[in-house]
Amino acid sequence: MGFEVDAGGFYGEYGGAYIPEMLYPNIRELEENYMKIVQSDSFQSKFRLLLRDYAGRPTPLFRAERLSAHFGTQIFLKREDLNHTGAHKINNTIGQILMAGQLNKKRIIAETGAGQHGVATATVCALTGMECIIYMGALDMERQAPNVKKMLMLGAEVRPVHSGNKTLKDATNEAIRDWINHPVDTHYIIGSVVGPHPYPDMVTRFQSVISEEIRIQLMEKTGRDYPDYLVACVGGGSNAAGAYYHYLENEGVKLISAEAAGLGVDSGFTAATSLLGRPGIIHGSRTLLMQDADGQIEEPYSISAGLDYPGVGPLHAWLAESGRATVFAITDDEALQAAMLCTRKEGIIPALETAHALAALEKISPGAEDVVVVNLSGRGDKDMETYIEKLEI
Amino acid sequence: MINRIDQLFREKDREILSIYITAGYPELHDTGKVLKALQESGADMVEIGIPFSDPLADGPVIQRSSQLALQNGMTLDLLFNQLKEIRESVSIPLVMMGYLNPILQMGMERFLTRCRDTGIDGVIIPDLPPAEYETRYLDLFLSYGIYNSLLITPHTDDKRIARIAALSEGFLYLVAAASTTGARNSVGDQQRNYFQRLKEMNLPVPGLIGFGISNRPTFLTACEYASGAIIGSAFIEALGERNALTLEERVKSFMGEIRGNALT
Ligand SMILES: Cc1ncc(COP(=O)(O)O)c(C=O)c1O
Repeated sequence: MGFEVDAGGFYGEYGGAYIPEMLYPNIRELEENYMKIVQSDSFQSKFRLLLRDYAGRPTPLFRAERLSAHFGTQIFLKREDLNHTGAHKINNTIGQILMAGQLNKKRIIAETGAGQHGVATATVCALTGMECIIYMGALDMERQAPNVKKMLMLGAEVRPVHSGNKTLKDATNEAIRDWINHPVDTHYIIGSVVGPHPYPDMVTRFQSVISEEIRIQLMEKTGRDYPDYLVACVGGGSNAAGAYYHYLENEGVKLISAEAAGLGVDSGFTAATSLLGRPGIIHGSRTLLMQDADGQIEEPYSISAGLDYPGVGPLHAWLAESGRATVFAITDDEALQAAMLCTRKEGIIPALETAHALAALEKISPGAEDVVVVNLSGRGDKDMETYIEKLEI
Repeated sequence: MINRIDQLFREKDREILSIYITAGYPELHDTGKVLKALQESGADMVEIGIPFSDPLADGPVIQRSSQLALQNGMTLDLLFNQLKEIRESVSIPLVMMGYLNPILQMGMERFLTRCRDTGIDGVIIPDLPPAEYETRYLDLFLSYGIYNSLLITPHTDDKRIARIAALSEGFLYLVAAASTTGARNSVGDQQRNYFQRLKEMNLPVPGLIGFGISNRPTFLTACEYASGAIIGSAFIEALGERNALTLEERVKSFMGEIRGNALT
């Protein structure tokens, strides 16, 4: 089975570029150029240098002894939380800011939910001296005030979005509308493997440094370059896509995706997209989508702002539908408990998003000799307020 | 039977005025009333907007009207039910304009069936790419006799314009500026150059200019270059104004201003 994007931008039946004609030149320019640019030596040398000296890569692969003993298997944590700005998001924004430079863009726009991608974008804009405008739902701005301040300190303009439900989906709509109104000088740094082709593929490629490193690190540590289980959380799906990339065709690796069940899959307050979604179109991509019978997109809910998205990247829709990945829906409570377990067993406070991946360890039954890699997508600093409240710390 | 859109362009080749409305706005059951009032006050065609939760190509005014319409309870199914008897009182061409997702959830074939049964003449689906329309849906549209009008913009190159024009039936939607929908007060030089370029291309279908046309001056400017124009946001705004006028009076007063025969 093929998991690479095809010439039309599809993974199976998912993907494509369902965009109004006003966006066509923007998307066309990117589509015609991105592969050439990404594969050029000059781009690769700049990208690799920044990943190493600026983001701090390679991130370690850590053998988690006490968690391993707890679950009776061999658990390794891929430490994306140790990246600059505290999550995998920077891998993508470094790649895209270099892409924007190659395309002679002068102005950067991005959407953000929790503010992680906004901060990672504002960071690379400060680094390169680019004008930076971040769209953020008015409600999210209230919920994530410290990240708003970080973006402002980094020199970005944060524009509150009052349309719709004032969260990530609406911020993404507004960023796309900005791009329609600025077709020539602006690059849109989308924050996950979502949106119209070529974004899902481009972002996957930038994030694929994660699985590239896992291969080398596993070989050193276990004598084999692939795990039996590979676990990641999926909001849009960028950290998972990056962790899976070099293993997509290796059926010996079981791919385990953790989605946010919120208060429960059937509670009406959930973001369990692959389980509840039907094929539909969001932000220019055909994917699994939470929607009502009339095709109106539903507002998701999760305790974790980074998983609070009503769609998934088209690659993940295809992985779920084809059975290549197994999807578990993790409730808020399960995630909170897993965050506590990881903290107490390994001394690592994970991001709430990441906690969903850790909770998926309870859902699988690996053998004692099996190798399990969990992509530790980010650190929990940004979530302290929630942890303090919910875990009564 | 000849498609009403063709009929219109056969009878009239200038100053065609098409009005965009959001179905279910301002009140859920206003759709039919607004259509009748528009026909009575001289609209040549109406685009009935299917409200969508995430209207990517729309500015604040149409976003808000869509959101209100959804809150009012509008759905695509209900809209077709509301329009069941519309052809008993309205004879001007009617076009459905909406984003792809609600249409796909109904199913394209079922959507086209209901369009045909209701007496809808054409559709505009801004986020349905021309290539996908051609390979997946063109034959279906042809067999149902429903016209599809595609969009071009100032940034569409000549080759693509020719291709999109060839795929469009009835009329081609000429987006006036690189922008989302929303009222503007003037037409700039760059836009005039683009309109002029289009005029000289002698496209196989007539063009209507939309996005940013808001009042009599912008309407007349658009009409210098194309068969007519489409007004959306400005009309929606006029409909939603809080004043003592009835819905019908608001429609009449707005149309009077655009047509230049305002009573005041
Ligand atoms: C730490 C962390 N993990 C995961 C995500 C979810 O994004 P994705 O599914 O694209 O990896 C986010 C998003 O904000 C995040 O901050």
